[in-house]
Amino acid sequence: MKRWVDGRILPITVVVLAIVLIWYVFTVLLNTPWQQSVYGREGAVDVPFTQFLSDVFSQQRPVLPAPHQVAAEFYTSVFNAPAHTPRSLIFHAWITLSATGLGFVFGTLLGIGLAVLIVHNRAIDKSLMPWVIASQTIPILAIAPMVVVVLASVRLTGLIPKALISTYLSFFPVVVGMVKGFRSPEAIHLDLMRTYNASPAQVFWKLRWPAALPFLFASMKVGVAASLVGAIVGELPTGAAGGLGSRLLAGSYYGQTTQIWAALLMAAALSAALIFAISALEKLTERAMGARA
Amino acid sequence: MTTHASVVEASGLGLTFETADGPVHALSDVNLTIGKGEFVSFIGPSGCGKTTFLRVIADLERPTAGTITVNGAAPGQARKDRAYGYVFQAPALYPWRTIERNVALPLEIMGHSRAEQQKRIARTLDMVNLSGFEKKYPWQLSGGMQQRASIARALAFDADLLLMDEPFGALDEIVRDHLNEQLLDLWAKTEKTICFVTHSIPEAVYLSTKIVVMSPRPGRVTDMIESTLPRERPLDIRETPQFLEIAARVREGLKAGHSYADQ
Repeated sequence: MKRWVDGRILPITVVVLAIVLIWYVFTVLLNTPWQQSVYGREGAVDVPFTQFLSDVFSQQRPVLPAPHQVAAEFYTSVFNAPAHTPRSLIFHAWITLSATGLGFVFGTLLGIGLAVLIVHNRAIDKSLMPWVIASQTIPILAIAPMVVVVLASVRLTGLIPKALISTYLSFFPVVVGMVKGFRSPEAIHLDLMRTYNASPAQVFWKLRWPAALPFLFASMKVGVAASLVGAIVGELPTGAAGGLGSRLLAGSYYGQTTQIWAALLMAAALSAALIFAISALEKLTERAMGARA
Repeated sequence: MTTHASVVEASGLGLTFETADGPVHALSDVNLTIGKGEFVSFIGPSGCGKTTFLRVIADLERPTAGTITVNGAAPGQARKDRAYGYVFQAPALYPWRTIERNVALPLEIMGHSRAEQQKRIARTLDMVNLSGFEKKYPWQLSGGMQQRASIARALAFDADLLLMDEPFGALDEIVRDHLNEQLLDLWAKTEKTICFVTHSIPEAVYLSTKIVVMSPRPGRVTDMIESTLPRERPLDIRETPQFLEIAARVREGLKAGHSYADQ
């Protein structure tokens, strides 16, 4: 019991319960008008409150599905549907995850590369940084269909266009974080390198890179979440090729709100899992670099 | 004191920083010769240019007037030859490296073999009494031990000149006394030339063969004292009249060069 109170489990449980409770309240509020119009057409009067609640919570196309409806849909589409068919959420999640992963790796490498150039060259710093920032002011929803269409015209479809949209979103936090990271060594640490007459490569690998690693992990956590958003947005214009994005789109076409919420839940779970994985990698790296336990 | 070939020679040396508030004369007309094997202390209030002078020797700053040679050549050449080890005010250990990897840093950069690195790490850590702490990270050591590790790092590549910028400034008096004693011992063993910047009169007098008294605005040398103390110095030499006499002269020099009225 003491561990429950001291640890993170209790606060998280309380918050989750509160959210679920509020969710139920809004489920009732938002679905009541439709339910009343149904009763009106049927001529039903004086429906008992328990009957009303059970009807409100089991609508086919609710404005807001109840948490247990979403949970049931999630469970069915994850565990009861064969994983290699479009009915399975695992199928869609994998498609999105592969684009996210590829785009994230591209984005991180691109971000580190640009940061190295920016830190080592004043001209590049002055000329490139404004473009890097400007790139993020363009709404991704505007540029994503262009990327997909343009690449499709050169017969690049499927994974690559989506990964590039992910890259576009995820390189930015890495550039910004790593520029700061590469510049984080104190003057005294740089002076020390100068007294050894160290080469720029030695200064980079023995000082700037290790000093920047904490910044890299922080940037990667932001970047991986952006990557996932990019992959999902990239799936919206590609039609029904699969992926959480196309699942969301299909859900909204056919008014399958429960399906949309289940897909959103999966997206949130993926993003949490990715960030957790990066945190684990961060912990391992910190330990290898002698951080305080 | 016996002085052989000169290690550092400065004449008419000046350095002016251009700042937004106008020029700052960090050094002005400094003439100084440091012989091989000397222990020279630079003492003076903040802003007197003692650290700047050390940084000029190390080629971390460029003088704007006069000339300076280190080992008979420009400071830049001495730096390229790795002719000096520099100990900063803070230990400046890399926190992601263990003590032995920190000491190995200059050796890695200078391309020593693994075996050679191990040998030198063991030797220099022994010199500063840090054997047994090889695998510790800097944060696991006290401030005094960290500074000793940074001295070991400066000694590891066998430069003949050691530049020390208030290395014990942040430490308490007891630790400082202890490290001063160790430093003299080390100096005797290694026969290095040491340039030592300090705020403390007893520290300067206790350690040095030559004391350079400096004053600020502009940073300049106001007195140069050749110590008459023997090379062999137990801690209690600080109570001898000879010691106190030198300390008094340093204090006079500091007072003369620094008008407290305008503070």
